[in-house]
Parts: sequence; C-alpha cells; structure tokens
Amino acid sequence: MDKLIAKTPCDGLLPLSVGTVKLSEEDVGAIHSISPYKGKQKAVSEAMKVAHGMAYPSANRSTGKAGARAVWFGPAHAMMMGPEPDPALSENAAIVDQSDAWAVVRLEGAGVEDVLARVVPVDLRKAQFKRGHTARTLLFHMTASITRVGENAFQIMVFRSMAGTLVHDLKRAMEGVAARG
Amino acid sequence: MRIEGKGLIDRSETVPFVFDGVRYTGFRGDTLASALLANEQRLMGRSFKYHRPRGVLTAGSEEPNALVTVGEGAAQNPNVRATMQEIYPELSARSQNRWPSLNFDLMSINDLAAPFLGAGFYYKTFMWPKSFWEKLYEPVIRRAAGLGALSGADNVDKYESAYAFCDLLVIGAGPAGLMAALVAARAGADVILADENARMGGRLLSETYAVDGKPGHVWADEVLSQLEAMENVRLMTRTTIAGAYDQGTFAALERFGHHTEHRPSGAPLETYWRIVAKRSVLAAGALERPVAFRDNDRPGIMTAGAVRAYLNRWGVSPGRNVSIFGNTDDIHRTARDLLDAGVHVAAVIDSRHDAPLSNEYEVLRGAQVCGSTGRKGLEAITVRRASGEERIHTDCLAMTGGWNPSVHLTCHMNGRPTWNRDIEAFVPTPGAIPGMITAGACNGSFSTVSCLRDGIEAAKSSLAELGLKAPKTPVPDAEDDPYNISQLWAVPGTGRAWLDFQNDVTVKDVKQAATENFRSVEHMKRYTTQGMATDQGKNSNVAALAVLADATGRGIPETGTTTFRPPYSPIAIAALGAGAEGSAFKPQRFTTSHPASLKRNAPMIEAGLWYRPSYFSKDGETTWRQSCDREVNMVRQAVGICDVSTLGKIDIQGPDAGAFLDFVYTNMFSTLKVGRTRYGLMLREDGYVMDDGTTARLGETHYLMTTTTAAAGEVMKHLEFVHQGLRPDLDVTFTSVTEHWAQFAVAGPKSRELLSALLDTPLDDENWPFMACGPVSVLGVQGRLFRISFSGEHAYEIAVPARYGANLFDILTERAEALGGGLYGMEALNVLRIEKGFITHAEIHGRTTAYDIGMGRMVSQKKDCIGKTMSERPGLEEAGRERLVGLKPIGESKELLAGAHLYNEEAEPVRTNDQGYLTSVCYSPTMETMLGLAFLADGPDRYGEIVKMVDHLRDVTTLCEVVNPVFFDPEGGRVRG
Amino acid sequence: MRITCPYCGERDRREFYYRGAAVDLERPAPDAGEDAWNDFVYLRDNPAGVTRELWCHEGGCGAWIVVTRNTVTHEILGSQLASEVKR
Repeated sequence: MDKLIAKTPCDGLLPLSVGTVKLSEEDVGAIHSISPYKGKQKAVSEAMKVAHGMAYPSANRSTGKAGARAVWFGPAHAMMMGPEPDPALSENAAIVDQSDAWAVVRLEGAGVEDVLARVVPVDLRKAQFKRGHTARTLLFHMTASITRVGENAFQIMVFRSMAGTLVHDLKRAMEGVAARG
Repeated sequence: MRIEGKGLIDRSETVPFVFDGVRYTGFRGDTLASALLANEQRLMGRSFKYHRPRGVLTAGSEEPNALVTVGEGAAQNPNVRATMQEIYPELSARSQNRWPSLNFDLMSINDLAAPFLGAGFYYKTFMWPKSFWEKLYEPVIRRAAGLGALSGADNVDKYESAYAFCDLLVIGAGPAGLMAALVAARAGADVILADENARMGGRLLSETYAVDGKPGHVWADEVLSQLEAMENVRLMTRTTIAGAYDQGTFAALERFGHHTEHRPSGAPLETYWRIVAKRSVLAAGALERPVAFRDNDRPGIMTAGAVRAYLNRWGVSPGRNVSIFGNTDDIHRTARDLLDAGVHVAAVIDSRHDAPLSNEYEVLRGAQVCGSTGRKGLEAITVRRASGEERIHTDCLAMTGGWNPSVHLTCHMNGRPTWNRDIEAFVPTPGAIPGMITAGACNGSFSTVSCLRDGIEAAKSSLAELGLKAPKTPVPDAEDDPYNISQLWAVPGTGRAWLDFQNDVTVKDVKQAATENFRSVEHMKRYTTQGMATDQGKNSNVAALAVLADATGRGIPETGTTTFRPPYSPIAIAALGAGAEGSAFKPQRFTTSHPASLKRNAPMIEAGLWYRPSYFSKDGETTWRQSCDREVNMVRQAVGICDVSTLGKIDIQGPDAGAFLDFVYTNMFSTLKVGRTRYGLMLREDGYVMDDGTTARLGETHYLMTTTTAAAGEVMKHLEFVHQGLRPDLDVTFTSVTEHWAQFAVAGPKSRELLSALLDTPLDDENWPFMACGPVSVLGVQGRLFRISFSGEHAYEIAVPARYGANLFDILTERAEALGGGLYGMEALNVLRIEKGFITHAEIHGRTTAYDIGMGRMVSQKKDCIGKTMSERPGLEEAGRERLVGLKPIGESKELLAGAHLYNEEAEPVRTNDQGYLTSVCYSPTMETMLGLAFLADGPDRYGEIVKMVDHLRDVTTLCEVVNPVFFDPEGGRVRG
Repeated sequence: MRITCPYCGERDRREFYYRGAAVDLERPAPDAGEDAWNDFVYLRDNPAGVTRELWCHEGGCGAWIVVTRNTVTHEILGSQLASEVKR
C-alpha cells in the first residue's frame, strides 16, 4: 500500500523575493514542545545539553543553532527544533510533537527589520533584538514566534493553518518597504 | 503674483496642474494654494453652510477654507487642504461644496437666507413631524451642507501601518525642534524627528530672520544634514503626530504618496505609524488667530503669517496692494517683508494706541478694520478710527489677532492648558503628558532665540531622564524681537463677523448661544457647531470662547476651553484600518482539505477564523437542500467523510492532569481508563455551560481534550487561567495541538469497512468498542483513532500529522465514494446532530445550565468543580425553567424556524405568554419532517403536548408536538453496532 | 497603552486580553456561603484610582498577570504573574 504523501505548510506559496528581502519556507526538522514539570526545568536543561547540545532557553532567548535549536515559547514551553527528543526528557517534562503545527519561514535581507516593523509591535532593531533573542508577539493579527537567527535573518512561526495569511501579510509589508527604495 | 528672487521653490522646474478643469503652472516646491495664488486664483472653495466664496486663510494644515478633492474615481481623496497639497505634474484637483461651479454656486442662496439660519436653526425648525427628520430634512440638509465626497468605489490606494521605537520623539522641526533633536542626537539618544510639512524648518522657512548669521532656512538645512548623517536619527517629513496616548505611545500619519506622480507599485499612499517613545519634546509651534470683523471671510483676507509664508517660502504675494491689520508687532514684520519684496502696502492698521511707528510707512494706530467689500474677492476694507470710517482699496488683507501655541497634544490625556496673560493665549500645563516637555512657540516662547534656547533645555531635561549626558551647546544667535500683544478678538459692529470659517459660525451665533443659556463652552460648541469642523476649531476656539467669556461676563480662564482630542488633523479611516482590507480583516485559517473542498465547489462558511465546507453539490442538484439531504442519507446508509480538524485539541500532561480535569469538567476524568474517551461538560464559574467536548486518556498522565471549534481559544485561555490563577499547585501542562493533527470524521455503517483497509489494526468491537481511542498506523504513518460519533452512526475520527492531511482526505473521499458514500459538509453535519439531539453553541449559548440541557446529573456530587456552587442556586433548578426538548410540526404548517418563540396552543402569542424558543431546526430526510430543538418551560415534563410556534418576524405559526430531543435511534444501537 | 509582562517586558496593549478585577483569583471555598459567592462572581468595585486587574498576554507568551493600574491617570504601577500572586 502507498504511504501517505506529505505537504509542507507553505506549499505553493514560497519562496518569494521583494526588493532586498527574501521570504522562504524553513525545514527545521522535527518540532517538539518541551514543558518541564514543577521544579524540573534545570534537570530538563541538563538532559537537553547532554542529549542535544543545547540548554533549555531562558525567557525571550533561543539556544543551539540552525538544525538543533530550542526557542523559548512562553512560561511553560520551549520549542525544540531539529532532533527527535531523547526519550529520557519525558521523565521530567511533557513532550508534545508539534512538527506539523507550525508554518516556519525565514525572512532575510537588508531592510528586514523595516519589513517586520510593518507588522510586529515589538522593537526588533539590531541594537535591541540581537541574534538569539526571541519574542512571542503578534504578526499583524496572528500570534507568532519571532527569533533573530542571523545578522539580517529572522525565523518566524505562526499556526500552520494561517500560512496563507502569513505570506500575504509579509508580502504586503515587503512591497511597502521595497517601494520606498 | 509671483515675486522674482523670493521663495524656496525650484524655478527650474515648472509643474503643470489642473484645478476645476483649468490648466495652470507652478513650480516644484509649490503647494496647490501657493500655485493658485501665484496664478491670482483667490477663490478656492465655498463655505459649509452658506456657500460663501472663500480663499485661503492660512498656509498650513489648519486651513479651514481651501479644501479640495484630489484625483478621480476610486482614487479620489476629498477634503485635502490646498495649503498642504504639493503640486506635481498633472495633479488634478477640484473645489468642493458648490453646484454647478465654484464661481456660480446656486446653493449660495443659503447666504441670503442667513438671517434665518443662525445657531440652533436646525434644532428649532425641523422638529415636526418627527418622522420627517430622518426621511426628509436630514438628507436635504446634508446635501446642501457639506464637504467633499468619497467616490463610493472600493479604495484603490494602498495604506500601510507600522511601528517605530525611540528614546526621544521630537514633534515639529522648527527652530526649537531642530535644536532639541540635534542636542539629543549628539548625546547618542535614539531620536525620531517628525514634522507635518514636506520640508523641515518650521517658521524659519517662512520668515526672513537669520540664525547664527545665516538665513534661517540655510541654518535649518545645515542642522538637518548633520542629523541625516547620524545613524541614531530618523527624520520623518510629511508626518503629523496625530495623538498622544498612554505610556509614551503616539499615533502619526505619514502622507507618503500624496505629493508625487511617481508612486511605485506597492507603495502606500499613507502610513499610519504607532511610535513608542521613552520621552518626547513637543515643538509644534503656534497657529495665528484671525480677527473677527464684518465680512472678514472674503477671499484675499488671510493671516499675516500666511502672507509672509507665501511671500518668503513660495515667492508669491497674495496681493498687489496689501493692507495689514492686527494687534502685535508681527504686523510690522509683515509690512517690512512686503516692502522689501517690492509689494505695495496699502495700509497698516494697528489696533494698539501705543503701536510703534515707522519711517517707511504710515501706521494707523488705534484703528480697526470693521468691514470689507468685493465680489468673490477682496476689493476694499473699511477702517474705523476715532476720526471716523475710511474706505481703503486693497486686494489682500494680512490680519493677525496674535498666536495660539499648539497645545493640542498636551490635552490628549485630559490635560487642560493654562491661560497666559502675557501672550493672551493658552499654554501647555507642564506634566500634562508624562515624559513630554514642551518647547518653543507651542510653549509660548515666540522669539527665535527663545525657541532655540527652549529646544536645548528640553533636550537636556529629556536626556537627564534617559540617563544620557547632554553635550555643551551654545544658543545660536537669532532675533529676540518683542511681541507686545493687546487683546483683540472681535471688532464691534453689525453684520456677520466670522469666527469659525469652516463651520460658518459668527460672533452673533456665539452671543446668541450665551443668550439662550448655552453658557458652558462645551454647550456653546455643540449648539453653534463652532470648532466641530475638520479644523477642530484651530482657527476659532480661543476667539470664540473669548466672545463667550465677554457675553457671559466671565474671564477667559474661568470660561475654559473645549477638549482637544486626537487626531490633531484628520486621518482617513483607510489609514486607521491599513492592511486589514477585505479578506485581510482577520487571519484566515484553512484546513488541509481546503483546496479539495474548493475543487468540489463547496461554498465555504466561516467558523471563527476557520473556513469549512457548507455542502458538496453533485450534478443535477440545484439547491443546497438537495445536496444536504443526499449527504445525510449517505451517512445514515453508507459512509461519509468530514474534516473535523477545526475542533480544538489540547494536549494535557502531568502528574496532576486527572485532578485538573476533574476541576474544570463537571464530570470525572481521573477515573477514565487509558485508551478510552469520555464526553465532558465545562461550566463557567457562574454555573452556566461554557463548552462541551470529548476528552481521551492517552496515558496515565496524558489526556487529549477536544473543544468546539468556536470555543477553542476561549477554553485554552480558561484552562491556563484556572491553572495559573486558581490552581498553580497542580503540576500539569497544556499544549494546543489543534494545528498538528488533521482529523477526519468517518461516519456511517460502512465506516469500519472503509477504515479497516487503511489501518494496521483490525477494527473489531473488542479492541475498538464505542469510545475507544489509541494510536494506529495509517498507510505507514503514525496517527490516532477515536471511536466517537457526532452523527449517531457507527463512526470514527482519524487523525494524522497535518502534512498528510490533504492526501489522506483524498484517499478517504475516494474510498467512501467507492462504498456509496462521500463527503458531507456543515449543513449535513448539523442535520445529523439535530436528529440525535446533540447540542452545539446554538443550545449552549451562555444562558443555559447543565440542568436546562438535560445534563444536570453530569455535575458530579463527589467533587468541587468550576461553576458547581453557583449551578446549585435554587433559581437555576426551579420549576418553570426553559429546558431542552425536541419539536415536530403536526398541523397544517410544516415549517420550523430557529429563533421563533413558543406559546401554549390556545394562548395569545404575546411576550407575557412566552413559553420558550427554538434554537436549531432542520429538515430531516431520515424522519422526512422538519425537526427542532427548543427550550420550553418545564419541557421534559411535557412530552406529547402540543405547543404553538410563532415567528412574528416571518409571520409563520406552526403547531408542534413536544418530544424527546433524541429523535433518531433513541436507544443508541447504531453507534455501538 | 503599554503593559509590562513579567516575562516579555513592556508590550503594546493589543497583545493583551482583559479579563476584569483580580478578585477572580480569590475563589471562595464551595461552602463559603451565598454572599461570598455572590461577591466573587458578580460584585466589582469601580474605583477612580488604583485598581488590580487580570490580563492575559494572549498575543504573546500566554501568561496571566495581575496589573496594578490607576484608572484616573492611566499609570501602570506594577504587574505580577497570577501564579505568583496565588502562591
């Protein structure tokens, strides 16, 4: 029997470039939310370091690097992206597979902050929001996770079902910035 | 008249433009107003109420008269101030509020009727009959009195919104603002300098003073080029700071595309900024006041500051023979500028008896202008002196009644300005906006040197609060001329002396308001409409309240001002709603089966942010009912497929997960067996039902809750609240997994057959009884299966990671069709659940309890839960409560309507006899009749009775039998079979 | 208006959902009696001045917070996690 065929959240929508800024879908591998049980955050962090080479991130920060990254997602969650979580982690934390729950895109290029300033109510300029900083905030009307992953590059996550709106809103912002030259 | 050698316009580039169909030329750098004046076109608009001919009064954004419509059709922008509209090649503008033309306006008949149209005329006249107001009077009045209109077509322009952040926001780029920005920027602060004009410099561009020995505009340009070179500075031209809000938030409107013929695709017409500033300096300048005298509204009469601006900035003299009238030393500055430019000065009329004299021109001291004449433009003024009245020929009158500091933003958070006797004007009250310091003319500092000094000081104070060190900055050399104002609001006399040019309010109107006891300034404003036009009284408020103060025998400070509210100048709704047009109004959530549903032409309906298929029309079906009936029969007889991914799915884990669920649900979940699913009911703390759904136990400390589509977000927030706010002691975590899983209902007698072919597990009753759940492998993919049913049929819900959703949906559809089944949509889903008496939010609408919906016994007596205590209030369980029943039509009329009310068969259908109401109705192809779910007083005790459904709106009366709400298969044999 | 989230820092008001008075945290015991429950569910003060309110950082990290605010001046005087207020 045939195996089911997979489709990515932004299938048919990306990549696209406007002016100096490029928007592309990011394949980050598996995504699991990790929610430490009471008083277990330290133990979880140690276990993550051993198994995956990254600590449990503190508030508003991400750890690791491309391919194996953990992004702070709120008081109760961090999102581990890349590796399949070591089963030992579930002793001290709830691990939930979220691999298909998020549309993950990369927005990069000169002027990328101006594009995000059209849709995000948080100061994302380099001096205030450095590489490794992350924010749970809004992207126009959607709740989002925004992480600076490079000099001029951000990783943006919204609910999978909103991929179309995400691309629409970002494209409009990119066009507005590009038109200013 | 253009003046050679004057102005900051680019004379190398002539710009052709069109006004009211006539072609003119101006220069790059002109505004529509300056270019029209250069072409000696003084008439630019008609007044709001009386259709009086009007020309420009000002040279800035406060302009009340010269409002025009720019552009055509869907791109047309009404009510654009000609004083702010820069010209560009092929700009096309039209005058407003005139018919058939600006020059010949039939509606000016209103002006002849003026004696009848004074303050309160409409209120007093159009009182009777009452119904005429909405149908006749208001439409007629609105057509006669007006501004420009929108085209009615969808706006084709793009508007944008954006955020910006800074340490210091400097509002206004005149001498004070430039100085403040420079000092702060040099100290390393992150600075935004915003100015509403195309070119920064403020009055330095319109006056002839020197700063640091250079012409003011040269000094301004030098400061600007320094600022431009700094990375920590952002200069925002054509940007009006429109509102000051809490915690350092400001609204700003950037007019990005109005000034140019070159607007690249994707470029916004306007950008609505939200600026967050740690500190701010208001350097908004001041606005000049007109003087009220008889017929002071003729084209050619304008403020003295406007005359100097047209002369010095745009190289245009608004007249060839200019007279000057006022009450401050500014009139002498005006006279000197005109004479230096070679313009003839007809008369200098100074109301002050001790006015300075000049050896260049005669000064009529202690004199006043008391009238004007001219057809569609000024021809002569009448000057009153102790010795009598004199008529002076003139084509332009530059008048000044003093200056009002632009205190507007300081009042946006309920601040009240303070009266300053020295300048006879209101000045900002310090501290009115937390973190804001006022500087320059808006602070009542009128000389250039005091503006520069204020700017430095404001920056220093702000920097200290920001923890930055201010560099030593000397105050540049500049004029420090005296102002010497003496009060002059209205020149006594008969006739109409205009205060509010835009809303046609005269001195007499204000006095009449006082006579009729509208003595409060707020009442006077509303009675006369003074200050209620788009200029928000910028030109008239202070004079009007001075007249009111005089008429009521009070001082100006006691009389007080009306409230200035945002926005400072008008903002298009399109800018406020930027980015949210059409389908972008809210995010769209699409299921993985969305494209497949579209391909089958299913009409999509909105469910919260989600889109779900209504029904799937087949060949030959012409109505939705035909499709729906077929889909219902298909589920009852074979198998149907429906995407249920939109239901909320919340993963709940932790040692205390069971205890937590026991606390949020009315029934027990800690006792549920692993691998089983249970229906649960959630209450609000007031005892009414919040939501329902099934929760599966996937492991010892692992549950999966489902919520209704509509309440998914609300329930998630509720769970978090209960955990964080009420029971932080419980060790439990919640993760929304709605988006991770694509979930499909497979319902009908052939559902097992269909699924068995796709799964690795046999679907027998022993391993997969009703309400079982667990992991399965679906075509090689790890998924989850739930044997649950919302149709009353033998049914499952199968979930796979969303990436496989589209493919699995196609496969399920194909298999179902092969078995004589297929897809069903929301309409069929609704019929299926009504036939079974299953509730939705149509029933749990926020006013019903567990008892009302027949689930009183689901509120466990063994434990506390949210809402339990309040649900036990006697009133919520008493006799007579409206409770859930089923209804079937039995009389001649077979129609049931949701929302209709119920009455006893013989009772008159009036409110006092009301017995309940219908919440859900459908035509049931299974039972071959309409069915209704209803709340009926003591309903469950009345099975077999006849009640009368009456819908007064749609005029339908139907007799119904009260029955058990489970119409179909009440024993539940099918779901287990 | 800007509200400080104890986790995320100062954020625009649009990221927050407003629930109401922080009284909601003081849930009475089931047997506390009618008056206590009536107060808890229905009765709220409407102060001109300092008030404590529950907000959720819904468009952000999801934390429920207690914000102390002055209804007259609009000053935000402090914010605390609801889970810590309860502890």
